[in-house]
Amino acid sequence: MTYDLLVAGGGPAGVAGALTAALAGLRVALVDSGQRLGGQYFRHTAADETGPGAKPDLARFLRQARALEARADVLLRHQAWNVSREPDGDLVLRCVTRNGDGERVAELRGRRLLIATGAHDRPLPFPGWDLPGVLTAGGAQALLKGSGVVAGRRVVVSGTGPFLLPVAAGLAAAGARVLGVHEANGGLGLARHPLHALSKAGEAAGYAAALARHRVPYRTRQAVVAAHGDREVEAVTLARLDAAWNVLATRVVECDTVAVGYGFVPQIELGTQLGCATRHDADGSPVLAVDAALRTSVPGVWAAGEPTGVAGWRPAETEGRVAGYAIAADAGRPATAGPDGVPAVLARRRERGRAFGAALQRAYPVMPGWRTWLRDDTLVCRCEEVPLARVREAQALGATGARAVKLLARPGMGWCQGRICGYAVSCLAGEPPQPPRRPIAQPVTLGALAELTTDQDESTARRPSGGLP
Amino acid sequence: MTFHITVGGRQVPVVPGQTIGAALHAAGVRSWRSTRFGGRPRGLFCGIGVCFDCLISVNGRPPERACLLEAAPGDEVTTA
Repeated sequence: MTYDLLVAGGGPAGVAGALTAALAGLRVALVDSGQRLGGQYFRHTAADETGPGAKPDLARFLRQARALEARADVLLRHQAWNVSREPDGDLVLRCVTRNGDGERVAELRGRRLLIATGAHDRPLPFPGWDLPGVLTAGGAQALLKGSGVVAGRRVVVSGTGPFLLPVAAGLAAAGARVLGVHEANGGLGLARHPLHALSKAGEAAGYAAALARHRVPYRTRQAVVAAHGDREVEAVTLARLDAAWNVLATRVVECDTVAVGYGFVPQIELGTQLGCATRHDADGSPVLAVDAALRTSVPGVWAAGEPTGVAGWRPAETEGRVAGYAIAADAGRPATAGPDGVPAVLARRRERGRAFGAALQRAYPVMPGWRTWLRDDTLVCRCEEVPLARVREAQALGATGARAVKLLARPGMGWCQGRICGYAVSCLAGEPPQPPRRPIAQPVTLGALAELTTDQDESTARRPSGGLP
Repeated sequence: MTFHITVGGRQVPVVPGQTIGAALHAAGVRSWRSTRFGGRPRGLFCGIGVCFDCLISVNGRPPERACLLEAAPGDEVTTA
């Protein structure tokens, strides 16, 4: 069967887009790699779905998710690894999913695709960053939101950006002793946090109050520049930084857990597989270029949320709705008379969200001084265990760009396909990060691929065997 | 409500819905494999299926990401 719309990603953007299109009467299928809908921001435990305790925003999302499940095919635990345009014009989205003790490939066919694949943390390397106990800020948050597990007892939070605040507040509220939030940028402090200037005063004040209640210090122009320990992290070196993030002074603090994040990397590989045009966002990230109706440069392909530029969950949900309306209009079912079928109020809200995201990115840049935190033996690439010295060696041999460094020294050639180290390697090579080239975006076993060629029709659009939650 | 999985012969409690990686981390097991070259310990890092640091073998299957894999009663985890 051919769906009117395939949606990749079950976070705020994907669910809003899928639901808007489904309510307009389109046949919609949504895939997500997670066990439950929600993406990163609305990640939740199994108990949150049945219990009465969900916070208002999450409760609202869960109602949308239930409404979607009643009107569309929602395929969880499906990791999209490839999408292509067939000769007849349809798009085929290939996912890998578990099947008992094995793996199988599921192929979904649709006339249109909405890319709502979100983003992941953007880490920076530093000595000891691969010690167990050092997590990304999003990883610490995922443990708490998705599994109800507090990442550690004595936690240091470091990096840049407003996302550090909810991570620290969440950990402290769950019982961790958060020793400090160390924001590499700033100089303003929480009272004059840029969130205030962005009409998010209530949100910033809420986090400030939560941090004060748990006596968590918030320090700007500071960062974790090294982690120490034998088998896991036992201490960190905290540094006072200048505006370019060069180290001015250091002290060592004992801790068992570190949560670090320096912004986010939008996940755009489904778009680049189809040849969608990209642009560089204010934070340097390659993102999918879209118009006001969130159309990419490839006909039949839309994008919403972080893949069009990092701005957080509210603008992502707005974009999902805008895309949903535009897609419904494209399918001949316009819900409103606005241009592209998009209600004017939503179009304006989307503009404000985009401006908000760009302002946040400009307020929390990654400054070049982080490179001075690295030693020769600091791993830049965790998968292939490539230290800084080997990157420098490749450059000395004549590698002038990130791709040449990768081919000579192998950073980015491992399991994660450069998702974790790609930004750092680009910075070290002195060029902006390039759009990803990942024809196979998730590991797929040869057995599952073999099944695909022999079992094509039967495997199409089958629901996961476990049923839906 | 709680059930158990076996990790290197040890019983680790799991709250239904938790991932293998979360259950191990909560039990104080913070690394479960070593890297190929340096033999460095690896456990959770990104926590959302991106970094592949947390690869783990469950019930003899090839390595999977512990942060994505929901634990099931009786799962046996091999640590390297």
